[in-house]
Amino acid sequence: MALQTQHPAPGSPPAAGVPRARPNRFSALLHRSPGLRLAGLITAPAGWLVLVYIAALAALLITSLWTVDTFTGKVSTVWTTDNLVTVVTDPVYQRIALRTLWIAAAVTVIDMVIALPMAFFIAKVASARWQKLLVIAVLMPLWASYLVKAYAWRNVLAEGGLLEWMGAPVGLASPGYSETAVILTLSYIWLPYMILPIYAGFDRVPDSLLEASGDLGAKPLATMRLVMLPLLVPSIIAGTIFTFSLSLGDYITAQIVGGTTQMLGTVVYANVGAANNLPLAAAVSLVPIVIIMAYLFIVRRSGALNNL
Amino acid sequence: MRLSRSAKAILGVVTALVLLFIYLPLLLVVVNSFNSDRTFGWPPKGFTLEWWGRALDSTGVREALLSSVWVAVVSTVISLVLGTLLAIALQRYKFFGRDVISLLVILPIALPGIVTGIALNNMFTTILGVSLSLWTVVIAHATFCMVTVFNNVIARLRRMHGGLEEASADLGAGVFTTFRLVTFPQLRSALLAGGLLAFALSFDEIIVTTFTIGAGDTTLPIWILQNLFRPNQAPVVNVVAVVLIVVSIVPIWLAQRLSAESVGVGAARVKSAAR
Repeated sequence: MALQTQHPAPGSPPAAGVPRARPNRFSALLHRSPGLRLAGLITAPAGWLVLVYIAALAALLITSLWTVDTFTGKVSTVWTTDNLVTVVTDPVYQRIALRTLWIAAAVTVIDMVIALPMAFFIAKVASARWQKLLVIAVLMPLWASYLVKAYAWRNVLAEGGLLEWMGAPVGLASPGYSETAVILTLSYIWLPYMILPIYAGFDRVPDSLLEASGDLGAKPLATMRLVMLPLLVPSIIAGTIFTFSLSLGDYITAQIVGGTTQMLGTVVYANVGAANNLPLAAAVSLVPIVIIMAYLFIVRRSGALNNL
Repeated sequence: MRLSRSAKAILGVVTALVLLFIYLPLLLVVVNSFNSDRTFGWPPKGFTLEWWGRALDSTGVREALLSSVWVAVVSTVISLVLGTLLAIALQRYKFFGRDVISLLVILPIALPGIVTGIALNNMFTTILGVSLSLWTVVIAHATFCMVTVFNNVIARLRRMHGGLEEASADLGAGVFTTFRLVTFPQLRSALLAGGLLAFALSFDEIIVTTFTIGAGDTTLPIWILQNLFRPNQAPVVNVVAVVLIVVSIVPIWLAQRLSAESVGVGAARVKSAAR
């Protein structure tokens, strides 16, 4: 690396007009010692990440093994596995965990079904100019606030609102604020996260491969199934990692359009706030972490992680 | 593979419908901010500027806006410094533990925001006994905003020519002079892009914020969440939501013009950090 090579002592006379540092002992010391330079660079950011983030995650794990003093409402450092046992065995939490999994899975499937034809169109059918425009069109709303998007659906789903008005002529009722609404809204919010990796996957499939398949007599559907799909699997899985893990941790959408729908996230939030039981909240929050880790572990062989 | 005309047409229609699906709800919020019906009835009953006026007059909204801007600016500054230092360290040096640290920096965006939120909440309240405030929000935001700056700077460093820095040192410039006159000018647009993204990210972040903000403080997203369920505030919430859409999309648009690598899915993933 350039900066690591040894230079002759910085003493050669500078050309006129070239700005140069005043002889500075500290700067000279840094110049001589790459180790010291590295230490100066890395200490603050690595220290921040470890002290703020890693310590917080470790503390979360530890707190899930503590209890709350029923009189003072304060966390007391009595060691117990009760919280973890409750989360795993209590039928209420089991039901909520299963519902959350179901919602995340439904969102993932819906987004996959919508994203595949659209990504295919953008990558393989649209002209180069349109391709660029369409990618930007998908990308832009991805950055709009997540809260605003969930809120927008509260508008759409409102009683007497847009969806009811649109559904009325064809006899469809709005699902109102319910579990269905949560699935719909989450599918909406995470859709671009599914479209973009799949689009990138389609874009990487060389056209010549598809032409060859066609020349050899395969119908478009056969080409899609036998040539494209196998090449696309890692991209599709990359998309599912987003939609699945993001849905799993959600609680704002459930709050805004879910009516009384409880998800793991809402339980965590309720236990931090109103119920004031941080150890239990910590234990519940371990559930999505474990599920996501398991999912990442299962899909890691597919090469999807390099597609993120 | 030869697709028939009709297959292409069908795919085109599907794409158009999905785009409509993506933009319609956002447009509805904009329309409803001018809708005189306060229950979001459709079609709109009439046009009014009343909600915009009320939003401008509301001290709650103004204070929330100021808090949001303050939090976003401070976290952006912190993440600019930390993200740049980290990117230079990881790109220009090889050392023991480098892979661990590069994994560490994406962890705040790899785990759902609720995990980050509750972990920091627990850290502040239970372990350290610090009372929550806007400062705790800043610490939380800086932690995941760092990644956007890091991503932008490291991508730029990879494309930069190290020889210039070497030449600068050979000509007698000290370490700091070389950074100021050689490295920094080349990084400038990447820093600006990373900073804009960090700002947008922090400005509309909600999940980590709900867990780390003090009881008396509000940012704009928190204000929305608090007023969402109050029927007589609902139209004003629409106005604030429109402001939030604009304030978060404009910096992204600028950042994209500054640096192409900044606005991909990976970077957007950061948003989800937050969730």
